[in-house]
Amino acid sequence: MTVPLIEFNQVFKRFGDNAVLKGVDLSIYQGQVTAIIGKSGIGKSVLLKHIIGLLEPDEGEIRFQGQAINAMPAAARRAVKMKFSYMFQGTALFDSMTVYENVALPLKEKGRVAFRDIQSRVRDKLAQLDLVGIEDKYPSQLSGGMKKRVAMARALVTDPEIVLFDEPTTGLDPIRKNAAHAMIAEYQKTFGFTGVMVSHEIPDVFYICQRIAMLDQGRIIFQGSPAEIQNSAEPAIRQFIRGQDPEAIKAAPSER
Amino acid sequence: MAQPHTISNMLAGLGRTAISPVQELGRVAIFFFRGVAHLFSFPLQADKIIDQIYFIGTKSVFVICLTGAFTGMVLGLQGYYTLVKFGSEGLLGAAVALSLIREMGPVLAAIMVVARAGSAMAAEIGIMRISEQIDALETMDINPVRFLFSPRLGAALISFPFLTAIFDVVGIIGGYVTGSLLLGINSGLYFSRVESSVLMEDINGGFAKSFCFAAIVVTICCFQGYTTHLRKEGFGAKGVSLSTTSAVVLSCVMILVADYVLTSFLL
Repeated sequence: MTVPLIEFNQVFKRFGDNAVLKGVDLSIYQGQVTAIIGKSGIGKSVLLKHIIGLLEPDEGEIRFQGQAINAMPAAARRAVKMKFSYMFQGTALFDSMTVYENVALPLKEKGRVAFRDIQSRVRDKLAQLDLVGIEDKYPSQLSGGMKKRVAMARALVTDPEIVLFDEPTTGLDPIRKNAAHAMIAEYQKTFGFTGVMVSHEIPDVFYICQRIAMLDQGRIIFQGSPAEIQNSAEPAIRQFIRGQDPEAIKAAPSER
Repeated sequence: MAQPHTISNMLAGLGRTAISPVQELGRVAIFFFRGVAHLFSFPLQADKIIDQIYFIGTKSVFVICLTGAFTGMVLGLQGYYTLVKFGSEGLLGAAVALSLIREMGPVLAAIMVVARAGSAMAAEIGIMRISEQIDALETMDINPVRFLFSPRLGAALISFPFLTAIFDVVGIIGGYVTGSLLLGINSGLYFSRVESSVLMEDINGGFAKSFCFAAIVVTICCFQGYTTHLRKEGFGAKGVSLSTTSAVVLSCVMILVADYVLTSFLL
C-alpha cells in the first residue's frame, strides 16, 4: 500500500485542562485533497497547525514520508516546512502592508526571486482570484470575502507542494465560494499539490476532495472517500453530514 | 504542626518564584542574541533598517529637541540659583554641559524614545502576535525574530547616539537661554566653561550609555510584544495593553538601573 505523505500516529494535545486531540490517527496521501470535517470548536484547526509545526504534539508523532518530523534534524525540518503553505482561518494578513505587499512577501523575503518575476507572479495570482485593482488597498479596507481571497493568493503564490487551508471559503458569497472551490480543484489538477482543507462546506467538499476525515471528540472517527462517508451507517457521521442535531433527534417523539 | 506536603508545596512555590525571573531573563537574553545574529545574516535587511531609523530616529527628533530644550533651560535656572549662593555662577556652562552629556542626555533621550517608539513597537508586535501574523511568518519560513526584531535593533543602535547628541546640544543651548539671555551670565563665559570642562571621555561615556540603552529598550519592547500570547493575566486586546505597559515600565526602570551600573564603571 502507498506510504502516506503525512501520517498522524496517536497524537495527543491538551491546553491546560482541555484535551483537544485524544489519540488522532490520520493518513494524508500525496496528490489528493483531504477535507477534515467536524463540529465547530472540536480541534480541526489545532490538528492542521500540528502539520506545519505551529503546534507540537504532547504525545504521539507526525510523520512526513514515513519519517517522524520531530526526530528530524533542524535543516531537514526546515526543508519539509518549505514545501508547505498555510491559509489561516482568520486570514492573518499583515495589516500594515498593502494587498500587493502581502502577496509578494513570501517571494520577496526569500531573496531568490527576481523583482520582475515577483511582480508578474503576484499580478497573475491576484487576477486569477478576481482581485485586480485592489493591489494598493490595506486589509482593513477590504470585505471579509476579499480578505479570504487575498489570503488564498498569498498561500498559492509560491506554488507550494502541500497547501493547508483552514476554512478557506467561510464568509464568501455562494458565487465566490464556488469559484474558490473550483480554483482549488483546478489548481490541484494542474499542479498536483497535496491539499488539506478544514471545512464546513458540506456537501461541496465531497465534490472537490478525494478523501474525507471526520474529527469527533478528539479522534478521527472516519477517513475514506466522499462516497464512503455518504454511505456510512455511523449515526454521528450521518447526523453531521445531514446537519441534524443529535440532541433534537433524541428529544423528538418516535415516529410510528 | 505543618504537614510534610504543605511544607514541600511551600518550598516548591518558593522555588518557582525564584526560578521564574531567571527563566524570563534567559528568554530575553536568547531573544537579544538571536536578534544580533540575524542582524548580520544574509540577505541584509538594509531597507527595513532604514525604515526603522526613520520611525525610531527621525520621527523622534522633534520630541527630543523639545525635551532637550526644556531640560537645559531648567538646569540653567536651578544651576544658576544654586551656584550664585557660592558666587560661582560662572561655572553654569560646565554644570549644564556635564549634567547633560554624562547623565541626563542619554537617560532622558532613551526614556523619550521608549514613550514615543518603544510603546508603539510593543503594541504593533503584540497585535501581530494575537492576530496570527507572526504564525503566518513562520508558515512562510520567514524567521519572525529576524523580520521583526533585528531591523529595529539595528535602527535603534544607529539612532540612539544621534538622538542623544541632539538632546545634549539643544539642552546646552537651553541652558544658555536661561543662564545668559534671561539671568545675565556672560555668554562667552558660559560657552568657554562648556568647552573647557567637557572631555572626550565624557562624550564617549554618554554614547556608550546610549548604545546600551538602545539595546535594552528595543529588546524589552519587542520581547514584550512578541510574547503577548504567553501572558497569564490577559488575552487579546487586554494582553496587548498589558504588554505595552510592561514594555514602557520595564524599559524605563532598566534604563535607570543600567545607568547606575554603567556610571559606576565609567567614573
